Amino acid sequence: MRIPCPHCGERDVSEFRYGGDATKTRPKHGEGDLKAWHDYYFLFDNPKGPHTEYWQHVLGCRHWFKLSRNTATNEIGEAS
Amino acid sequence: MTAFRRLEKGGRIDRGKPVTFTFDGKPLSGFAGDTLASALLANGKTLTSRSFKYHRPRGIVSAGVEEPNGLFTIGKNEPNIPATTVDLTDGLAVQSQNAWPSPDFDLMAVNSLLSPLFQSGFYYKTFMGPFKKSWMFYEPFIRRAAGLGKGSYEKDSDRYDTAHEFCDVLVVGSGPAGLAAALTAGRSGARVVLVEQDSEFGGQLLSERTADLEAWRKVQLAELASLSNVKIRARTTAQGLYDDNFVVLLQRHEESDAAKGKPRQTLISLRAKSIIFATGALERPLVFSNNDRPGVMLASAVRTYLNRFAVAPLKRAVIVTNNDTAYLTAFDLAEAGIAVTMADHRKVIPSDLLSKAAMLGMAMFPGTGVADVEGAKQVSRVQLAGAHSASIECDVLAMSGGWSPAVHLTSHGGIKPIYDEKLAAFVPGGFAAAHFGAGAVMGRFGTQAAIKDGNDMGARAVADFGKTTKPVAPPEGKDRAYHILPVWLPAVAGKGKAFVDVQSDVTVKDIRTAHQEGYVSVEHLKRYTTLGMGTDQGKTSNINAIAIMAGLREVPIMQAGTTTFRPPYTGLAVGAIAGRTIGHHFRPYRLSPLHDANKASGATFIEAGLWMRAWYYAWAGNSPETAYIREMELVRKGVGLADVSTLGKIDVQGPDAAEFLNRVYVNGFAKLPVGKARYGVMLNDDGVVLDDGTTTRISDTQFYLTTTTAQAGEVMSWLEYLLQVHWTDLKVHVTSLTDEWAGMAVSGPKSREALQLAFPAADVSTGNLPYMGCLEVNFDGVPIRLLRLSFSGELAYEVHCPADHAHALWEHFLNVAAPLGIKPYGLEALASLRIEKGHVAGLELDHRNTLDDLGLGKMAGKEKAYIGKELRLRENLQAPERWSLVGIELMEEGKKLRGGSILFSASDEIKGHGRGYITSVTWSTELNKFIALGLYQGGLKHEGEDIICAFPLKNEQMKARIVSPHFIDREGARLNA
Repeated sequence: MRIPCPHCGERDVSEFRYGGDATKTRPKHGEGDLKAWHDYYFLFDNPKGPHTEYWQHVLGCRHWFKLSRNTATNEIGEAS
Repeated sequence: MTAFRRLEKGGRIDRGKPVTFTFDGKPLSGFAGDTLASALLANGKTLTSRSFKYHRPRGIVSAGVEEPNGLFTIGKNEPNIPATTVDLTDGLAVQSQNAWPSPDFDLMAVNSLLSPLFQSGFYYKTFMGPFKKSWMFYEPFIRRAAGLGKGSYEKDSDRYDTAHEFCDVLVVGSGPAGLAAALTAGRSGARVVLVEQDSEFGGQLLSERTADLEAWRKVQLAELASLSNVKIRARTTAQGLYDDNFVVLLQRHEESDAAKGKPRQTLISLRAKSIIFATGALERPLVFSNNDRPGVMLASAVRTYLNRFAVAPLKRAVIVTNNDTAYLTAFDLAEAGIAVTMADHRKVIPSDLLSKAAMLGMAMFPGTGVADVEGAKQVSRVQLAGAHSASIECDVLAMSGGWSPAVHLTSHGGIKPIYDEKLAAFVPGGFAAAHFGAGAVMGRFGTQAAIKDGNDMGARAVADFGKTTKPVAPPEGKDRAYHILPVWLPAVAGKGKAFVDVQSDVTVKDIRTAHQEGYVSVEHLKRYTTLGMGTDQGKTSNINAIAIMAGLREVPIMQAGTTTFRPPYTGLAVGAIAGRTIGHHFRPYRLSPLHDANKASGATFIEAGLWMRAWYYAWAGNSPETAYIREMELVRKGVGLADVSTLGKIDVQGPDAAEFLNRVYVNGFAKLPVGKARYGVMLNDDGVVLDDGTTTRISDTQFYLTTTTAQAGEVMSWLEYLLQVHWTDLKVHVTSLTDEWAGMAVSGPKSREALQLAFPAADVSTGNLPYMGCLEVNFDGVPIRLLRLSFSGELAYEVHCPADHAHALWEHFLNVAAPLGIKPYGLEALASLRIEKGHVAGLELDHRNTLDDLGLGKMAGKEKAYIGKELRLRENLQAPERWSLVGIELMEEGKKLRGGSILFSASDEIKGHGRGYITSVTWSTELNKFIALGLYQGGLKHEGEDIICAFPLKNEQMKARIVSPHFIDREGARLNA
């Protein structure tokens, strides 16, 4: 895959690290009960098709960003 | 017994350049332009190998990558290479395989008589039962008697490379379709790469004899060569297609010389914006009795050997076909003076073919197939049956069962091919965006159609980038329609075996057996019979097998389906995949800024993750087992110097830095005074320990954070994630100093004296630099951070400085503190000293343990929020019987404790996973016995109890006792000295 880093431009996937599902809302720090954190941390949809994920340009500018990726085809969409 | 001969003239070989090679040690000759296969045939070597299971005599079948039989070991150590894909070069050394002592006289041919044993499912039925170890018992015998070439344990002496490339249009295959596509795309100015697996460009054109076509080929190649935006690569196979138009190409170099750095093969990772597949088609064999005899070949291959390599059958050829294309072979053979007998399964044959056959004096048998083939080591006679019966003597039997488009690469992306009834073949089932198919791979078999396709697809590919182009002019000519009568099974039952897959020795009978036993899916058929599982991956056999199974199941062929095509398309050397990442380049390694200093101090190094770390030093001994004990004693009684530069070091700055650290650490950092350090533990969101380390407050808004060596990258990334994604309101910036700063530990009762000698102007008294204090001093104008921390449990300091100055500082310590007896100590002693002190490290922080498991539960702030707080309190993570940290003392003299030992209570039966395990073990110089840290069910509730440490690998059991993990100085008197 080639990933368009919002800061550096398109680079090979080997420069990036995957950071998980970006469609979930993290409970605010110090807020949220056990169930809220449990659901946030452990329960994921497993969509086939377009998905939004966190990625970090870890071997580049270290920017964390959201990337849309099709989980079935690895087609890469917008990065923000 | 010579069945082939080299013609005096013709062909594409260079008779002016003779080439000498050896076959099983005997010298043979050929010409430049030969393949190994054509040279062997020209030398009369029709019997080239013995088959996989039955050791039946076999010869070369094809002239291309689909070759199932003609496999050889090339050089010393490369087995299973198809002779049809090897360029003949001077000095080439070729060994036959799977035959002993030679293919001509094979003692293992007795397997042929045992053939009832080797029917399908034989392995499963015989060796997977009746008792469990059957397979282990039989396997060595089977492997010896049947199989392919042998691998080698020797190092590959060749050099391999990898490369990365980009292009606009990749064209795979250089037949008429590929040439037209590449040129049409190239004329637009687009960056084009054309790859051809053969040593020459032209594909099918290389096997033609018309001057027009050769002239056309040369004109196109000349124009391609003239375009600077077009790269053409021969001997380059597109091995696999992956996501995002990522194609792996294997380039085989004409010359290679490891000594001169010239690689033998290069694996190219190519990213193409669009791909044109012009991969052509492969001819199918027909299935009939004894169709595996040497001299039974694909009709197109016979034509290629005749026209391209000037290798012709001696006198007589029989051709059997179900379609028109074999007539091209027949006519060319007849024109070369070979007596040709034609058997055509079709009763009605196009009249132009009949009249030309008559004109050339060929014997014609319409509605006729092959009943049997005679000739022990070489075909000598063919029995024809059907509408006509005849027995014909011959040197070669050429067969054509029709053509299968080479859909392999097109379907690597997951698009399955579909069956075309009219062509009796599978064609691509569609294309992803920016993928195009041209020519025979689409089932359009004529030269004219291929060129038109190439033109069209070349234009379409570049139109996607808004470019225009003009098409390639085709040569004069007209395609004839492709007529085929599907024939899958022998027309008449013969006496011999009718092979479907000659490489894996799978017959029609095996497929019937699989069907009878319920293995009817093509994926099951494949695995039950081993059909298509050889090095050729069933290129000639799969479609016949699928059709036969469909027939047995009485379903349409499309419904039977194909097996999944996977990369690589042809075999490739593992060395090519590795490229240069071999030996010490296998993975990168990191050197501490003190690496040279360590070396000068006599260090022996050990790999720790990617780091090369100083393990122990020569002054203490020449084996780690003894050296670390002397180094430990040095630290406990005097003063030692250790390199701790591998620790993760992070500069945390900003007005919200304290708040930020207060959130990520379980313990409080908000009120840490300037000039003080604090030990902190971080959790993951799930409440499991992520990392620990000390963090020092440099100023109100600046902290110096250290992590463990192993988690340095992970923690940095995690902090960045929190700040950039979730806590964007916090004004904090983190910067990794791991590479910019070095660290060294000065440890032992005499460490303060050493520090004073090193920095005479600084006040390092306890008053000014207490335990967990921080002091900035100056060394030759360089700012140095002195942190009074202790991993060993002794009075100790960490001295951190910019990496460039670390070497000088290291030497400075060793020089000025020499009167105190300072010496360096290594990783083994570092790790052992902390066990005595009961400090947890990577072996305990294994991402499965909670704060409470590690005895650190009291650190967590009760009131404040911290990451992992909520999920840390999950019921199971708070269970009292969790395995938690304990100290362990060996109670038996003369034995050793071993890391990884399984722990049992003294009354347990020694069986299963026990109640815990030992994480870290060391000899204690203080206690004069082996001690360990471990995790034990219920933890320190069992302090004082006797346990058994079992080490099944060595069948050892040691009596031990659960004790506090703090083996020394429980009160911390030494730390605070």
